[in-house]
Amino acid sequence: MPAIRAGRTRSRARGRLFEAALFLAAALALAFLVLPVAAIFLRIPPGDLVSQLGNQAAREALVVSLKTNLLAEAIILLVGTPAAYLIATKRFPLRSLAITLVELPLVLPPAVAGIGLLAAFGRFGLLGGELEAIGLSIGFTQAAVVLAVLLVASPFYLRQAIATFEALDESLLDAARTLGASPARTFFRVALPLAAGGLGAGAALAFARGIGEFGATIMFAGSLQGVTQTLPLAIYEQFDVSFDVSLALGALLVVLSAAVLLAFKLVPGWARSSSTSPFLSARSVSS
Amino acid sequence: MGTLELDITVPLRSFRLELAVAVGRETLALVGPSGAGKTTVLRAVAGLVTPECGRVEVTGRALFDSARGVDLPPEERRVGFVFQEYALFPHMTVEQNVAFGGRTRVAELLRRFRIAHLAQARPRQLSGGERQRVGLARALAREPDVLLLDEPLSALDTHTRAGVRAELQGLLRELDLPTVLVTHDFTDAAALADRVGVLVEGRLLQLGTPEELIAAPVTPFVASFTGANVLAGFAKPGANGLTEVGLESGHVVFSSDTAHGPVGVVVYPWDVSISRTAVADSALNHVAGPIRSLVPIGNRVRVQVGPLVAEITSASAQRLDLTLGDDAIGSFKASGTRLLSRDT
Repeated sequence: MPAIRAGRTRSRARGRLFEAALFLAAALALAFLVLPVAAIFLRIPPGDLVSQLGNQAAREALVVSLKTNLLAEAIILLVGTPAAYLIATKRFPLRSLAITLVELPLVLPPAVAGIGLLAAFGRFGLLGGELEAIGLSIGFTQAAVVLAVLLVASPFYLRQAIATFEALDESLLDAARTLGASPARTFFRVALPLAAGGLGAGAALAFARGIGEFGATIMFAGSLQGVTQTLPLAIYEQFDVSFDVSLALGALLVVLSAAVLLAFKLVPGWARSSSTSPFLSARSVSS
Repeated sequence: MGTLELDITVPLRSFRLELAVAVGRETLALVGPSGAGKTTVLRAVAGLVTPECGRVEVTGRALFDSARGVDLPPEERRVGFVFQEYALFPHMTVEQNVAFGGRTRVAELLRRFRIAHLAQARPRQLSGGERQRVGLARALAREPDVLLLDEPLSALDTHTRAGVRAELQGLLRELDLPTVLVTHDFTDAAALADRVGVLVEGRLLQLGTPEELIAAPVTPFVASFTGANVLAGFAKPGANGLTEVGLESGHVVFSSDTAHGPVGVVVYPWDVSISRTAVADSALNHVAGPIRSLVPIGNRVRVQVGPLVAEITSASAQRLDLTLGDDAIGSFKASGTRLLSRDT
């Protein structure tokens, strides 16, 4: 008997050791993830953080970020939603290609996105000549910021929107049609309300990505204070000038992103789409 | 006001659906195994599927005509479609669901289907039977010319089914619309429909009243679908002008039908009587064997003796004191025994 009991105690001890190792690993990972974000708020007194925001560069960066991102988000929603609906509900030739193209910017390094934008819309780009002819020079203007944000953020929305529309019960859409609803009425009165949750989650993801965009913006739009200098760009520039201002801007961005995330999580329907990861394993978009 | 005429060809995954049928102010049930194309027929009438060629007309009004290039979208067809799982809009109340198709008759329909007290409820709060009533009310709100029902009873539990079936029977009679309903259950079809069409792999094997299908099934499949025993065997001429059939199970039976070669012997369970000892009667076929199963259904009992399924009253079953494994004999008349050739 004692031998068996001793054996059981030994294996229990081994089990507990294993669990302790797991906890240690988890603690390390969490600490590492939390530390940089916490450090932004802990490095200098909160009072100082707020006062640094009074800095003109900081205020102008906030305005640029908000203007460009809100406009880009609006475009993404207005154009992206019908596009996603079409891709999700209609079987058309080259559908898989369309879906792959939508996902492409997701794996594109931001700097490459920037080069691409220049190559397409810049003065010496593909459409540069045509644009100049109608008096439009996009490079290094606020419009360029919007375009950069659109390019990197829209795939996040489109991917989620397509998956959400695909997940809709087709018989509901069929039922609406047999009840006399045109395709448009079916979209507005049945598809959209039912997809609202997923679309909201996609919109939150896209906004969060867009507001943090750096590489494509700095290459295509430059970092002109008050015009194209967004919050991330301002952090980078202020970093040489005043570390404290950088910290303040960083804190502002964290608060902004957290606020967006929380806002979308709190709305009951949207909370159902729980994953905030851009890589949705549950529904694969390519079919 | 109405006749639904359809004559369509729809290529499906492994076969072509080809169906031509006219439905007057009556209910036609399309029955058959899953995948036979039954739901596709409904979807073609509704405009959710476009046939390769053909016509769909309701009282002369063409909903689809490939020859003349007519293909009305579903919203213009005025068909009432009740989907298999009812497809009620989860984000709307019962009243809003019913009103989706048309606002003018909502109150009247809610009353008629006894769902007025549920008007503000959401679909997820309803029972299966209640959902079905909402689905029907919603489909009828548009005053359709044609009613299409996809497996109207299969989403219900057995207990609710019988009651709902009876209700639906009354409703269809009242409505007097050309109705096509799809089901895989012959009993449901027999209860609800005036005529039954058996659809197998895209083809109509037989079209007739439920009684005609039972009395004169044209193929073994139709026979077994209506609930008959179909025993495989080999036929050759026998004594007394009867046909002798050697069954695969080893038994020998006789039939007044004439046939040669591989046949299916069609015997309805309710035509079989059970006994413990053989009764010497040359007019009867006897199949002896062990009792393989005993299933009480209502006030009857389904008894399987060897390869044969019989349906007898519970009283008879009790009197005979039947137990699983016992030997028993199933008997049925030679004159009532149909023979259908089996294509090998």
